Order: sequence, then C-alpha cells, then structure tokens
Amino acid sequence: MENLEELKSQILQNISSATDLKALDDIRVSVLGKKGSITEKMKTLGALPLEEKIATGKALNVLKSAIEAAIDDKKQELETLELNQKLANERIDVTLPIRNEIQGRIHPVSKIYEEVVAIFGQMGFEVAEGPDIEDQFHNFNALNMPANHPARQMQDTFYVANPDSSDFDDSYVVRTHTSGIQIRTMESKKPPIRIIAPGRTYRSDYDATHTPMFHQVEGLVIDKTTNMAHLKGCLYDFVKAFFEIDDIKVRYRPSYFPFTEPSAEMDIGCKKGKGELKIGEGDDWLEILGCGMVHPNVLRAGGIDPDEYQGFAFGVGIDRLAMLKYGIPDLRTFFESDLRWLKHYGFVPLDTSSMTGGLSNNGGLSR
Amino acid sequence: MKFTLSWLKDHLDTNANIDEISARLTQIGLEVEEIFNPAAALEGFITAKVESCEMHPDSDHLHLLSVNNGKENLQVVCGAPNVKLGTIGIFAPVGVVIPCYGEKLGVGKIRGIESFGMLCSEKELGIGDDHNGIIELPADTPIGIPAAEILNIDPVIEIAITPNRAECLGVRGVARDLAASGLGTLKPLTINKTPASFPCPIKIEVKDFDACPVYTGRYIKGVNNKAETPKWMKDRLSAIGLHSISPLVDVTNYLNYDLARPLHVFDADKLCGNLTIRMAEENEAFTSLEGKEYQLDTQSLGICDEEGVQCLGGVMGGLSKGCSEDTVNVLLESATFKPQCIARTGRKFQIESDSRYRYERWVDPNSNILGSDYATALILEICGGEASEIVVCGEENYKSAPVELRYERVKTLAGIDVSKDEIIRILSALGFNLTDKGEVVEAVSPSWRGDIEFEADLVEEIVRMVGLDNIPAVSLPNDKLPKQTLSDTQSRVVTVKHELALRGMFETVTWSFTDSKLAKPFRKEKEPVLLMNPIASELDEMRPSVLPNLLIGARNNIARGVSGLSLFEVGPEFYGRRPKEQGTVAAGIRYGMTSKKHWLGNERAYDVFDAKADALAAIAAANGPFENAQVTTDAPEYYHPGRSGALRLGKNVLAYFGELHPSVLKAYDIKGRVMAFEVFLDNIPLPRGGAGKSKKKLELSSLQAVDKDLAFVVNKDVPAINIISAAKNADKEHIVDVRIFDVFEGGNLPEGKKSIAIGLTFQPKEKSFTDQELEGLMKKVILEVGKKTDAVLRQ
Repeated sequence: MENLEELKSQILQNISSATDLKALDDIRVSVLGKKGSITEKMKTLGALPLEEKIATGKALNVLKSAIEAAIDDKKQELETLELNQKLANERIDVTLPIRNEIQGRIHPVSKIYEEVVAIFGQMGFEVAEGPDIEDQFHNFNALNMPANHPARQMQDTFYVANPDSSDFDDSYVVRTHTSGIQIRTMESKKPPIRIIAPGRTYRSDYDATHTPMFHQVEGLVIDKTTNMAHLKGCLYDFVKAFFEIDDIKVRYRPSYFPFTEPSAEMDIGCKKGKGELKIGEGDDWLEILGCGMVHPNVLRAGGIDPDEYQGFAFGVGIDRLAMLKYGIPDLRTFFESDLRWLKHYGFVPLDTSSMTGGLSNNGGLSR
Repeated sequence: MKFTLSWLKDHLDTNANIDEISARLTQIGLEVEEIFNPAAALEGFITAKVESCEMHPDSDHLHLLSVNNGKENLQVVCGAPNVKLGTIGIFAPVGVVIPCYGEKLGVGKIRGIESFGMLCSEKELGIGDDHNGIIELPADTPIGIPAAEILNIDPVIEIAITPNRAECLGVRGVARDLAASGLGTLKPLTINKTPASFPCPIKIEVKDFDACPVYTGRYIKGVNNKAETPKWMKDRLSAIGLHSISPLVDVTNYLNYDLARPLHVFDADKLCGNLTIRMAEENEAFTSLEGKEYQLDTQSLGICDEEGVQCLGGVMGGLSKGCSEDTVNVLLESATFKPQCIARTGRKFQIESDSRYRYERWVDPNSNILGSDYATALILEICGGEASEIVVCGEENYKSAPVELRYERVKTLAGIDVSKDEIIRILSALGFNLTDKGEVVEAVSPSWRGDIEFEADLVEEIVRMVGLDNIPAVSLPNDKLPKQTLSDTQSRVVTVKHELALRGMFETVTWSFTDSKLAKPFRKEKEPVLLMNPIASELDEMRPSVLPNLLIGARNNIARGVSGLSLFEVGPEFYGRRPKEQGTVAAGIRYGMTSKKHWLGNERAYDVFDAKADALAAIAAANGPFENAQVTTDAPEYYHPGRSGALRLGKNVLAYFGELHPSVLKAYDIKGRVMAFEVFLDNIPLPRGGAGKSKKKLELSSLQAVDKDLAFVVNKDVPAINIISAAKNADKEHIVDVRIFDVFEGGNLPEGKKSIAIGLTFQPKEKSFTDQELEGLMKKVILEVGKKTDAVLRQ
C-alpha cells in the first residue's frame, strides 16, 4: 500500500507540473490509459485473495478518482490559460472610431409644422390646405380686400398670367397668405369649423427679415358662440404650449386686417438683449401674431350667414416661430440648403412632436 | 406718423407724461414704434452760473471760469464767445456723455489749466442746431437743477397707423382717440376766418363730381414767400423729418400732419385761364414737380388750366405752375377726391406722396373749407397778402349711413361686459352721432371716419377703448375626443420626411420659384409657369420640379468643399398656371462619397441603387405598394439614359430615380455624378380606409426552409428582374424568396453574355423535402428561367 501513496504523490506532482494540454494528456494516458500504471495495477487485482482484492481495489479506485479529479482541474486551468493567451492575441484598439453612420435632419420649418399641428390637434383643429397659385377672389376679394383696397397694395404680390384671360385683373396670384384657405374651407364645409392651414406664402420682399417665400399657419374657428374671449384663450393656450413656458406673458393690441373685425395683434413678453432674445422674461414685447373676429363680409363670401355664425381667425409665421423658439438668427438662411446649417439647426429624425410625449428634444441623440 | 409732444398738447389737454401717453397709444391701436426723447440723454446735466470770468493766461480767446453748480464752485476753461460773468447755462460735469460727441467727459487740461466740466451749446446737447455759443438761460433760472426740467425739450413720437385709421394721420385724430380713451380732453379747434376782400378772379369748374365731389379754391394776392416760416412750425416739421422749404409749402405740409388735410398751392400768375377738374385725355402729358414726365390716361384726374394738366389731383402737383420764392399771387386748393380714383392713379404711375397716402385711405370730406380757412389764416400771418372769397364747387355735406349696434353684441362678439352708459360715452367721445333705441343704439360716423360700415366696426371701437387686455381668456370648449388632425395624405408627407432623414438625408426647404434657364430640362409641360413680376431674374418660374433648386443647393455646398451630400425636399411642383395645377413631390439628390476616408474602408461613391432605395423607402413610408411597383427604364431625359428608371403601377408613375444626365449638371457647374429621385406622392394610392386595421394571420411553418443557389448565363440585355420573376413563378407555392448574389461579365463568358447567380429559398409545406422533390423544384426553376429569358445554367 505504501507504494500506492508514493505513486499518487508522484503522479500528482507530474500533473501539477504539466505545462500544456498535450503533456497533461500524456500523463493521463501513462496513468489511466490501457497500459497506464494504475490500469496495470487494476489488472493484477484478479489474482489477489478476496479480502485483499477488496481492500486494494478500493484503494486503487480512490487513487484513480483523485488522479482523474486532479487531471480535470489541471485541464481546466490549462484551458483557461490557453484561452486567455488566445484572447490576449485578439486585442484590438477599441478607441478607434466606429463605422460612419450618417443620420439626416428634419428642417426647422417641418419641425414647427409638427409642433403646431400637435397643439391645435389637441384643441380639436384639423389641417386644411389650398393651392399656392390662387385666384384673386380667394386671396383678396373674398377676404374683404377689393381691388383698390390699400391693404392689398401693401402686400407685394407676385402675379401669374391667367392662361384663359389676358385681362390683368384676372391674373392669378402666388398666395400672399394662407388666409384664402379660410374661404375654401367655408365653401366646402359647414360650421362648426376648426381648422389650421399651414403652408408656403409669397411676397415680393427680400431683406434681413423678409424673404420672397415664407411660411404661415392660418387658423379659423366658426360656430354660433365663439367670441374674442375664446380667441384669447385659444391663442394663450397655444403660445404657452408652443414655447413650453407655463407663465408666459402676453398682451393684445388693437390692429387692422381687412378680414377681421375687431382685429388685434398679440405680443409676448420677452427680454431683448444684445443680439439675444429671451422669451418668457423681461419687460419687452415682441409681436407674434395677428388675429380677430371673422369679418361679416368674409363669412358671406364663404357662403356662411353672418347673422347666425361667428368666429375668429389668426395667422402666425412658422419661420418666425422657429427663429424665436430655437434661436435661429437669420430668416434667409432657412432657404439656403447649407449643409452646416441644416445639421446644426435641423432636428434628428426621431425627435417627433406630440402633446403626450412632448413637443421637442425627446427623440434621441444626434449623430 | 410722427409728431411731437407739444404738438399733441395743442389738441389734447392732459397731465399724462410721455410714458403714459405712449402706453395708451399702443393700447388703443396706435402702436408706438419709437419715442425719440432728447431729455433721456441729458441725465446729469444741470443748470450752473458763471461766478467769475477771466481770460485764460495763455490764450487770447479762452476764458477761465468759476462755475457754481449749486453745491460748489468748479474751475472750467471755456472757449465760447458769448460766455460772461453771471451767465446761467447748462453745465456738463465730469463723467457725463455729451450727446453730440458720444464721449464721456473727463477732466481736461487746456493750455496748462485743468477744467472740471463744460458749459454746453444746443448742438452739443442734441436739442438744436445752434453751435455759435453756449446756451444762455434767463437770469432767474434756479441753479443746480436738472437740464431736462429747464430746457424746452419736445420728444418725438412715431406711431404706426393701420389703413383704416386715416384720421390719425393728423395729430388731431390722435388727440381725439386719446381723449376718448380717458387720457385728457380734446381742445376745441379754433380757426380764424379771414375776411374776404375780393371775389376769386379764377373760375373753377368740376367736370367729374364722382371723382371730385368737392373742390374749393381761394386766391391770395400779394404774399411774400421769402418770409421766414415761424420757428415753432419749422421745429415741428424738422422733428418729423420734413425740411422747411418756403412758408407756402411749409403751411400745406403742416396741415397735412396737423389735421390730415392735404392742400395744394398754385402760383396763380403761372396759371393760364380758368381751372377745370376733369379726367385727362389718353396720353395727355404731365410733368410732376419732381420733374418726371407721365403719359396720363382717361382715368387720371387732372386739375387743368388752358395749357393742360397742372396737377394730378390728390396725388402730386405739377412742375410748371408750382410756387417758387418769387411767387406773389397764389391759388389755394382744398378738395375731396374719391379714394379709389387716387389709389388707381397712384398705383398706375407709381407716385408716392403724403397726399396720395391720405386721400386713398380717407380724408374728411367735410374739412375742405375748414382746411382752406386754416391755411389762409396761416399764410396771411406769415406771408401777408389779401384773400379772396372761397369758391366751392360741389357741396360739402357728407353724411355716412347710420350703423346699428345691439348693446349686447359687445358681450356676444367681444366676450366682455361693457355697460350701456360706457358704450355711449366712448362712441360720443369718438365723434359718433348717437340715437338710443333701447336695446340698440344707432350711430352715425363722424365725417373723418370712413371705415365704419358694420356693427362689428362699432364693437371694435368699444373694445379698443376698453382695452383688449380686459377681455377674459377662455379656453376653447372641447366636449369630445378630437378627430385625426392630419388627413392620411398630410400625415404621410410627415412620415416620408422622417424616413428619408433616417436614411441619412438632410431635409431642406427651397423657394417654390426657380431659375427658368436652369429649370428648362426639367419641365414636363412645354409652357413654363412664369411670374409676371419676379423679384429676381433667377427666381422667375414656379418650379416645374424640385430638383433644380436641390442642384443649386448642391452646387453651393460643393463650392464650400463637401465631399458627399444627401439633400431632400418635400414640396410643391407646378405644371400649370391655374390654381391646383400643382403636385406634392418628395425629391432628393445624393452626390459624392458616402463618407470621407475611413480606417475600415467602408466609404464608397453613391450610386443608382442608393437613389432607387430612397425612392422605394419613400413609397413604403407613404404606405405605397413598393413591393409591387414595376421597374421600367423610361425615366425622363434629364436622367442618364442607361442608369435610370421609373417605378410604376401600370401607367401611373410613382417615382423616377437614377443618375442625372451629365449635360444637365453642366449648367449647374457640377462635376461628378449626382444620383436623384422624385417620388410623386399624389400618384401613390391611399390605403383603403374603413375596413379596420387588422393584420393578416401569421402562418408559421415548423419545417425548415432550404436554401439553394443556381447560376445562369444570359444575354447582357436581359433585365435581372426577369430572371427573378421567372424563378419566383416557377413554383409559387414553395419558392418564398429569390435573391441575386452575383452578377458577372467577361472572363471566359462568351461575348454579349453575362452570368447571374441567384439564391432560392424553398419552404416545405406538409413535410420536409426529399432529395428528388428538391431536385424537381430546381429543374422547374431552370426550365422556367430558360423559357422566359433564354438563360442556360452555367456549367
């Protein structure tokens, strides 16, 4: 039996000093293989007397198990070592930059459109549309601006020749506002009406604050009871939601638009600093939109009886809203397709606008 | 509209200060644009007295003063010629900014002597032009009080006048509005009627009373137009930006702004014969006082003598019969012209004048005689002379139609409670003639208001005076869940934009106009939709396609050195001049490399398949049939003839895509290839609504699909799509996917041939395929592809 202990310690010694899996396997074969040292001893058991056979067999089995366990442990150890070696050789520099992925942008005009739609949608408005090239009836006359009306001269109108008439008075115009959609809506729809009409508008004017094309959203509410208090409530709800400022200050000034009576302009409170503007603080005022109660002549032109129905209308510049909310300094840059501008002032594609999920900057990071 | 505070106070009795007046003006709809108040710059300046005055020891013109500022005596060196012992003037202590120089005053050292401040001239204070010496105040002026309190400073107020408020183009109208709002009382207008000493020697005849309902003329003889216009009038005119020219001109300008009453003065000695007010003859010549020549037409109203049109009535005077400094005898015109006539003439001949501006809005038709009387009195006062009787053609008896206001209408339209008494007070103060009829008040507008036609107009007057800010704000009532805000057509425009942006494209917004020269190749119709009055020659056409503007944008970006560019725009394009002859298009371009050089080397040039993918993605985002769209190779000629295509549903073109034609790009000065696509959103059918949104049931097979590859050799001109469809059609039940994984030409392939390798996915239905079944399916594919495309299996 003594030499079994000796054998064991010899084998364990060998196992522990094995340096790779091949050497370890050689040891296994030399001990446990068909002709291995322990296997050979096992073979001699049959010749032993019963009692000794049991005792020696037991001892050999114990030894065998111990050797197997030692080999397994060593094997695991060597495998780990080998894997680590392999992984060490696979090292790459993870500080290298990632593959180029180009993420596009949504233009601020589209973004504001979506925000405005989300807010007015919540108040039960639908979006109406109309053509960019308009007849003078819808752009002017029906809006209480007959041919010689001074307000009509103030809008530097682009004209397009009428293919069916050579008379200048029949010329079409490139719409100077989206207000004509008021008339088109009244013509096609019975009150109650709640619509907004966003779109491109055009006037022959080009300087730091005017471009020959810009964007407007027109609003129209017609029913039997809507009055100026509702106009104020609706617009206040709008600017509060749009600028995301709960205690925004507003004021109204009487004004004049041919298509509304009474007419007003709305200012919002702001702070004007050096080349900087902060909405919601300070004691300065900034004109933001025009509005009023729909003129009886306009209702009539749209085929609605002004003795039965009334309501309000308003118009606000989309580009201007974008400039104010997002601090974009120059209107002209909106239309220049400068990639650097689009990337900086544009919005990531998943930054969608809703009243449930938020109007802005809730849609993931820019890349 | 500009005026000074003192001018306003000629008409308005008020204790309100400039800030209160300014706030109230804006509140009642006369929006203040600017207040120019020189007093604001005079903080720190005080009155001071010269208590000793000696010559500067080293100068023959400078004085050395001891100036008492009320607290102490300061040493001051002064160069003003009029300074002397006892002078009380305006003293600028060290530290203030002198308005005229815009610089802070420091301790000076003049010829070796220190000076602790200075005495100022009017010009230095920015309150006048006098720079000949320092201001000398009366001897009893207290010392040490702020300069702004002592000097007669008249702030200038500039307000914006909306087109309906023509009477506020005169100071008196502004004063009346302020009085009605409760900020003081309107002073009565007193005009001294000049006794007439002789009948008017010039006969006046009005031929067209429709265009000129009232015309008055008065002859004034023996005037001295070289006389000096009084300082108060010059100061006021100068404050509002009008130069003093001569007393006759200054008086007419003054009345234009004081009462909104335009006038005209002829040199009576230059007039030939009598005066006729008539429409001009076709092509009748007229030379304006600015020296411009016009060919009039039969709708232009002329004030004519026997030599022709001498004044374009209400618009502008003529050159030859105007006043000069030698004028001695004059004819003073004060008249009423029809606004439409003035507006048309002004617009037609593009003449702007203060007179036209007022007449085309509204001039009080009952103020002709009053205006003439006022002007006559002023002229005689300044220039001397004698006035004739006034000749009045027509009758000065304008009366507007009464308008009824239901008292409750203020509440139902404006949403605010205003008492009957307050309504009556406001309208009366504004000059309305009222008849109370119980529930209703009948209001006749004053003649200076031409804008009151409807009940709503009267409500506006009440609301203006009560203050819009006093109307409560009430949220719109909403008693049900709102409907879908965007229609399906509108909503998919939004989705398409986001899809394209997700694909790495940058959305831009460009003009709806474009350059007709650059747009020509893109026109689908022969006739361009041209603007009659473009703002610039390169913005003269309503764009027939979105692409030209995208290419202009690309060109500018390329000029800035970009190496790759992906731009898109969703917007209108125009195919006709009539309303609604337009469509909504999503168009994009890709230029250059997908990225700059990268260490992984995955950058590549954009190619046709990027544009095709963009088009398909946009169609898919618009809920269109992107899988069923047929690809044809008949894109328009502005595309590369061999590298472009159309995506169609039968005849209906959903999109074009491809590389743009190099000769088109040349006009834009773009070198290199540009990929483009145009998706015609209006041509994409909307999904059928109403039937619910339930998806088809998902059928999942538990049997594994099998992938197999086949390679064919076909003629080069066989479209790949034909091989794919033939393969799919070989066994629609089991072939669920066909892919092309290799396209090869050349090598050992025969001339004119190409090899196309496809991958097929076979899906077993009931049980797994046997080898024979699979082989059978492959044979079917080979047979079908061969039959449809003459392809043979590549050996």
